[in-house]
Amino acid sequence: MRIADAKQTYEADEAIWTTQTQKLWFGLFLLVLLVFPFMADSYLLYLGCLVGIAVISTTGLNILTGFTGLISLGQAGFMGVGAYTVAWLSLNTGLPFPVTLLLAGLMAAAVGILVGLPSLRVKKLYLAIATLAASVFLHFIFAEWESVTGGMGGLSLEPAHLFGWSFQSDFMMYFIIVPLAVLMVLAAANVFRTRIGRAFIAIRDRDISAEILGINLLRYKLMSFALSSFYAGIAGGLFAYFYRVVTPESFPLSMSIFYLAAVIVGGMGNLLGGILGAAFMTLVPEALKLLTAALTPFYPDAPVFMSPMLEIIFGALIVGFLIFEPHGLAEIWHRIRRFFHLWPFRN
Amino acid sequence: MDWMFFGEISLAGLAMGGLYALIALGFVIIYKATRVINFAIGEIMMFAAYLFLAFAGGMEMSAWIALPLAVIGGSLLGGVIEKTMIRPMLGESPISVVMVTIGIASILVGLVEFIWTADPQLLPSFLPREPVFIGDLYLAPKIAYGFLIGAAVLIVYLLYFRFSRGGVALRATASDQAAAYSMGINVRRVFNMAWVFGSLAASLAGVLVAATGGLSPQFGIIGLSVLVVVIVGGLDSILGALIAGVFIGWLETVAGAYFGGEYRMPATFLVLAVILVIRPYGLFGTHEIERV
Repeated sequence: MRIADAKQTYEADEAIWTTQTQKLWFGLFLLVLLVFPFMADSYLLYLGCLVGIAVISTTGLNILTGFTGLISLGQAGFMGVGAYTVAWLSLNTGLPFPVTLLLAGLMAAAVGILVGLPSLRVKKLYLAIATLAASVFLHFIFAEWESVTGGMGGLSLEPAHLFGWSFQSDFMMYFIIVPLAVLMVLAAANVFRTRIGRAFIAIRDRDISAEILGINLLRYKLMSFALSSFYAGIAGGLFAYFYRVVTPESFPLSMSIFYLAAVIVGGMGNLLGGILGAAFMTLVPEALKLLTAALTPFYPDAPVFMSPMLEIIFGALIVGFLIFEPHGLAEIWHRIRRFFHLWPFRN
Repeated sequence: MDWMFFGEISLAGLAMGGLYALIALGFVIIYKATRVINFAIGEIMMFAAYLFLAFAGGMEMSAWIALPLAVIGGSLLGGVIEKTMIRPMLGESPISVVMVTIGIASILVGLVEFIWTADPQLLPSFLPREPVFIGDLYLAPKIAYGFLIGAAVLIVYLLYFRFSRGGVALRATASDQAAAYSMGINVRRVFNMAWVFGSLAASLAGVLVAATGGLSPQFGIIGLSVLVVVIVGGLDSILGALIAGVFIGWLETVAGAYFGGEYRMPATFLVLAVILVIRPYGLFGTHEIERV
């Protein structure tokens, strides 16, 4: 049983890991991530890569929506910017992937700043609708600017390469995606130990009060947009290298809603929640596929009902979590942890 | 420039805009009374249209019995959604409530695909088929009669909200919830009624739109056009919904006819973006002043 951890310094209060046990568990987790690709079959590897990409994008959206309180329906559009940047650069310049990925992030961040500009004037749901408009325009550009984006047919690209290695298989991609995901989540955790991150949270809690406290609203809101779309751009770039084909239909509005749902199901304003939500929302459709495959011998019609069931479950998860567990999976996680911390007493 | 062609396209667009105005009215009623932005309105329309399909196509009822039944079904759906899923969210942040309506939209799409499959369907035609001419300009009969029915219902709605007891209760709740409550207005009932009436307008428009353009589980995308209409008109303005509805319907059709279908959405969203920058609360909406 753990009773309390009284913090004596600000450093201790801001620390990401407050106890030795946490460090130990995190080390174990990293070890599992490292061993996983050598043990897993190709399907699990594929899932691992998908979850990694989703974690990066969800963390980005969490910075914007969960921590800064700016709701965005444009995440898929920003990912698209990243993906097209990577595709175009690798087709036309042959730069190695770390450079193209970085440029994809920066490009998406630039677009994010542009989209974020109205955020000084419009707030809350109006802002959500402004980002929706941005995603409509981005989709239009992806589909119509044929000389750069290849139009509706999209672009196909070569596997990522670096120092003569070619990252063609899921196994190789895993070693780009997952370390990057870990790194970017840790980076996000560190942002919230600085003035910038605290400014984001102040804006979320009450933007007018934050402004009176001396936070330049436009600057920090744009910073949040830039940071969030940078994450989306990187995720989109990885998406491009992973599937090696980018079309306008790869980034539909439903994808933006998917990431918003992942943030909500995981827990808004909680990085752990973003990770849990991304993993959960990515794995639910796969679980349903497995279930369908298992049921098909008994009910031959099962595959027909899979896609409608998925829609219903997706909606029900959003509604159910918002009504019954508004703090998301992260809160469930904390409850379980608390149980073990306080055991054998009731919590 | 061919003025004849322009005139015909404009006319079709204006008629379509009349239906947009009706949907936007449903949206605004819900927003005015409950401050909920309903992203599921397109899906409620779709559900009502599928009900019509089931009644008129599947059960072979006369269209004039099936239409009211489908519309009643759609409004009941609105009432049930309010009672079971929106009521528990009372007092939560607007973001959460919007996400609930997005979730509802997804559930409805799934249900429709579950029951009626994902294939596009055609509604049995029930509107008169003789072509309509206004002056020399031809107008497709489905659109013309759809517009007439829509406009008639719209006028009934406006009169109802102006003069009836229920309408006054709704307007009172919209302008000051606490005062309305202390005056003995059953605010909960008003909330529920707003969803029922809002969904009723949307359901009727849903059947009429589906009768002209066909029906599929992607039908709900029309909700995005309606979103543009209500933002441009002002979220809490019935007049704004009417004017912006007609305007956006016209713009969408003209842009589609002159530049091609892929320009419809960007054209209306461009208007939306401009409005958001210069008048975020819409052309006729109330400018809310925020205080700490």
